Amino acid sequence: MNIDLTINTDLARKILTGFIESEITRVGYTRAVINLSGGLDSAVSCALAAEAIGAENVLALRLPYKSSSPDSLEHAQLVIDQFKVRCETMEITDMVEPLFRHDPEMSKSRRGNIMARARMIVLYDRSEVFQGLPVGTSNKTEILLGYTTLWGDMAAAINPIGDLYKTQVRQLARALKIPQPILDKPPSADLWAGQTDEGELGFTYEEVDKLLYLLVDRRYMREDCLKAGFQESFADRVIERVRRSQFKRMLPPIAKLSNRTIGYDFLYLRDWGT
Amino acid sequence: MQLNLALAQIATKLGDVQSNLEKHLDYISQAKAQKADLVVFPELSLTGYVLQDLVATVAHRPEDDDPVFGPLLKASQNLDVVVGFVDEDARHRFYISSAYLSGGKVLHIHHKVYLPTYALFDEGRFFSHGDSIRAFDTRFGRVGMLICEDFWHASPPYLLWMDGADLLLFSSASPGRGLNEHDKLESAWWVENVNQSYANLFTSYVAHSNRVGFEDGLVFWGGATIFDPKGERLAHGPYFEEALTMAPLDLNQIRRVRARLPLVRDERADLVHKELSRILSK
Repeated sequence: MNIDLTINTDLARKILTGFIESEITRVGYTRAVINLSGGLDSAVSCALAAEAIGAENVLALRLPYKSSSPDSLEHAQLVIDQFKVRCETMEITDMVEPLFRHDPEMSKSRRGNIMARARMIVLYDRSEVFQGLPVGTSNKTEILLGYTTLWGDMAAAINPIGDLYKTQVRQLARALKIPQPILDKPPSADLWAGQTDEGELGFTYEEVDKLLYLLVDRRYMREDCLKAGFQESFADRVIERVRRSQFKRMLPPIAKLSNRTIGYDFLYLRDWGT
Repeated sequence: MQLNLALAQIATKLGDVQSNLEKHLDYISQAKAQKADLVVFPELSLTGYVLQDLVATVAHRPEDDDPVFGPLLKASQNLDVVVGFVDEDARHRFYISSAYLSGGKVLHIHHKVYLPTYALFDEGRFFSHGDSIRAFDTRFGRVGMLICEDFWHASPPYLLWMDGADLLLFSSASPGRGLNEHDKLESAWWVENVNQSYANLFTSYVAHSNRVGFEDGLVFWGGATIFDPKGERLAHGPYFEEALTMAPLDLNQIRRVRARLPLVRDERADLVHKELSRILSK
């Protein structure tokens, strides 16, 4: 079965830059702040933001930990140089080390979560100083798989790329002329040495994007996906990941007591009144 | 007879009726300056689209003493105006509505009949559905108005046609969706296709006014169109940007097309009625 995730990148670019411009300016801001990891997703968000509101209004933050790959910093710099956005660099090592020392047995994933949340703290703090809104960098694949840190890398005021699968972000990245080394390297959260997304997930974005596209966008049932040629164990793993991570895609449920409760019957868009 | 038709594809502020009213008056002046006879605004043009719990606070009655409709009715003394708004009836039911204003009077109000309540849409939760589809007479001939989902169903345009409408005015707040390899969103492709088809099938003028701008993550795609009774596109507004799209409509074109292609003459509405009655009585 031919599953085609090709997008018209001109159209995506037009809509997403319009979205960034509208959703920043209508709430009274003119600027954006982005955690620029050196990876593909944040490079794309950064390039879109620069195109939408002007490079001088975009602040890219480089927030390495002492063991972060030097490539990450260099690749982030390539984006900063190419798109001429503002930049600040600050190590998070001193923020997270006391917590790591407190519990020497801490697992890699706990340490990774702490680093992601430390970067969120800096992002929001610098956004206050720069008077810019934090722009998100999570793609549809990782959001659906829950391959994210709650209140960490998911935290942002708006997210321009959250409805694009990873392989579609890559198409857009090529159209935006994101520097080649970023396009070429394997995706990684760079939370520990040698980590790669595909190694950790156990499948490739190429495979999982097609399955997610059938399940989510095309509303295929599990059995339809198997008939389309996906392996049962792979399909079941992915379906279960999506179900178990639903909590990461919503605000915490509020226990209903009154006649009108936030989240259930107090319904307004964020853009209320603007 | 010629009708200079203007389609005002505007972005709106969500729930800020006063600000949207000012934009309407501005576009009406622009249309007047460009010698338009009729200007059509999109669905819910005075209120914004994803209203949710704002519905009751943005409702207005299309009457002279209403602070929103007063100025609009006054402006309609210069040229005819179609606006989108939330209508509230005497029993406090709320409707997605279009009002046709002309010569300082309300000529017709259409309440949206089909309220999409699926996928990203939740209109049925917040609104009552209209229960009539009627054409009405204007100084440009007989006109019919529909709102977005109304014309995703084939029967409302057909009923307006049978009721004598030669000019169909469609308005939408259509959220863009369906990005693929093509240079047009699926939603835009679908709407433009059916608009053109209705013009062909009904040998009538079909105009579509769709809003632009964003509400949270939803983008409204604009792309106003006017199709003539042969299905030829007379005008196409830009995608995603505010614009006043205009075209002169030669109303004699209706006569010329129907002299060649007498679909109105040959339509067997009595047969439709008979067969529908049979089908519904099963």
